[in-house]
Amino acid sequence: MIPPLEQVREMLSAGAAKSSLLVEREEAVAVAQFLKTDPQLQLDFCSCVTAVDYIKQDCIEVVYHLYSVALKHGPVALKVRAPRALEQCRMPSLTPVWRGCEYQEREAFDLYGVKFDGHPDLRRILMWDEFVDHPMRKDYVPPMDYEWEPTPHAETLARAKQTGGTVPASALEAKK
Amino acid sequence: MSATGIIQTQTLEVSLGPQHPSTHGVFRMDVVLDGEYVVKLKPVMGYLHRNHEQLAEKMTWLGSMPYTDRLDYFCSMTNNWAYALAVEKMTGLKVPERAEYIRVIMAELTRLLNHSCAIGFLLSDCGAWFTPVLYALREREWILDFFETVSGARMMCNYMRFGGVRVDLDDASLAMARNIVARWPAFLDEFEKLMTENEVLLARTQRVGILSRNLAINASVSGPVARASGVEYDIRKVDKYGVYDRFDFGVPVGEAGDTFDRYMIRILEMREAVKILEQALRDIPAGPFIAPEAKLRNFKVPAGDGYGRIEAPKGELGFYLVSEGGAKPYRYHVRPPSFINLTILEDMCLGQKVADTVIILGSVDIVLGEVDR
Repeated sequence: MIPPLEQVREMLSAGAAKSSLLVEREEAVAVAQFLKTDPQLQLDFCSCVTAVDYIKQDCIEVVYHLYSVALKHGPVALKVRAPRALEQCRMPSLTPVWRGCEYQEREAFDLYGVKFDGHPDLRRILMWDEFVDHPMRKDYVPPMDYEWEPTPHAETLARAKQTGGTVPASALEAKK
Repeated sequence: MSATGIIQTQTLEVSLGPQHPSTHGVFRMDVVLDGEYVVKLKPVMGYLHRNHEQLAEKMTWLGSMPYTDRLDYFCSMTNNWAYALAVEKMTGLKVPERAEYIRVIMAELTRLLNHSCAIGFLLSDCGAWFTPVLYALREREWILDFFETVSGARMMCNYMRFGGVRVDLDDASLAMARNIVARWPAFLDEFEKLMTENEVLLARTQRVGILSRNLAINASVSGPVARASGVEYDIRKVDKYGVYDRFDFGVPVGEAGDTFDRYMIRILEMREAVKILEQALRDIPAGPFIAPEAKLRNFKVPAGDGYGRIEAPKGELGFYLVSEGGAKPYRYHVRPPSFINLTILEDMCLGQKVADTVIILGSVDIVLGEVDR
């Protein structure tokens, strides 16, 4: 649980140079709105959005680095955590608050599989649309060969079986 | 012609790219056109994606320094600096004064090189086929020669190290840098005489692709693009990293936020960069060029996370790093300015003619090595 918003302001103004704030998923939008509009904080510039896969704690953490263009202070790191399992790995999008999150949240979705509820256009951005996995996750095993898209060659499949390598699920589905 | 006498029209979807010469690399824009006017535009990127971040997570801290060169391959010096700065923040390494001056000299030369090419290519996009960019490339060659003399490579310099730089500048190379700086104002005057008051340039760029100040801030736009829209925000002034607080320089800010302002802001920034270079080359102190306690082998970073950022020529270049205390980063994230500046490409292009989208994209100044990573 996070403290009441008034306390957040005091915490941040006390050590604005190096602060981070871990909030619950349900409260993320309210906290973000507060940080952006509060006259003493005015964190109007969401500089950097990224995700980190903490596989030992079984969570994916999305980090927003906030600065204030109006008051020239920052950064405040706003952190939101979601479970690693793909079905539960979702959180509210902050794109309605800061437009600059749009592509960066798409990137976090593409590479980490975090689904952002309320994002206007949540599609893959760096990987191609047919790609199924999320390659920046710590347990991701790269396939042995991309050349046989869309269907794997028999030798590659046999080699994958021998060495324990993987083939992308999309390729196997196409073969069915 | 239909029965009512009104011409029936429909919208047309055009894919600009990825091999389009004016997209500055393998970049695609899906555009929906109503006649000649843009009604929808979606950028498509990822053609150069190589998962740079995952590569770096599998290498030692220093091992990914040469890879940062390949992000924005015009500006390897500033990429190196941003990464080194983030790591120095986490380790608390103190950078010697001479190294800080050398970094400023390298970064500002990179700014000259980047901006002159950016406006050169922008003018190529306007249809001034290769004459302006030829002048820009001629001047860039002097700087690349200097980088080669100092670091051994023209573009992939791999020059900075945690706690300093890799090689010192000797008197001969300092004299070389002074020569470059001395000839730059004359080049800018010549360039401006040819270009700035050119009627065709004014007609093509003024009131084209307007970006409002509020949208620029809300969409995390940084660098010259944001400043052209009136956002007075320069990380060299705000964070005062390195020794930037010692130099006397101004931050030019635009008013209209149109393509012409984005062109002009780069000319003005080059004039300010020349001022910084003159002061840095005059004041550079003697001393070590790398911190004596900086280790090249068995380099470890204390556990924790850190975010370091600099004012790269294209905008805010940041590195978000997470360490577990080991020899490799646990998480390595690049905040690429050209990727995030593309967020507002659609807003700037809506209602413009299709020929103007190319100029607007040129004025944002992207490099695909950095967009796609």
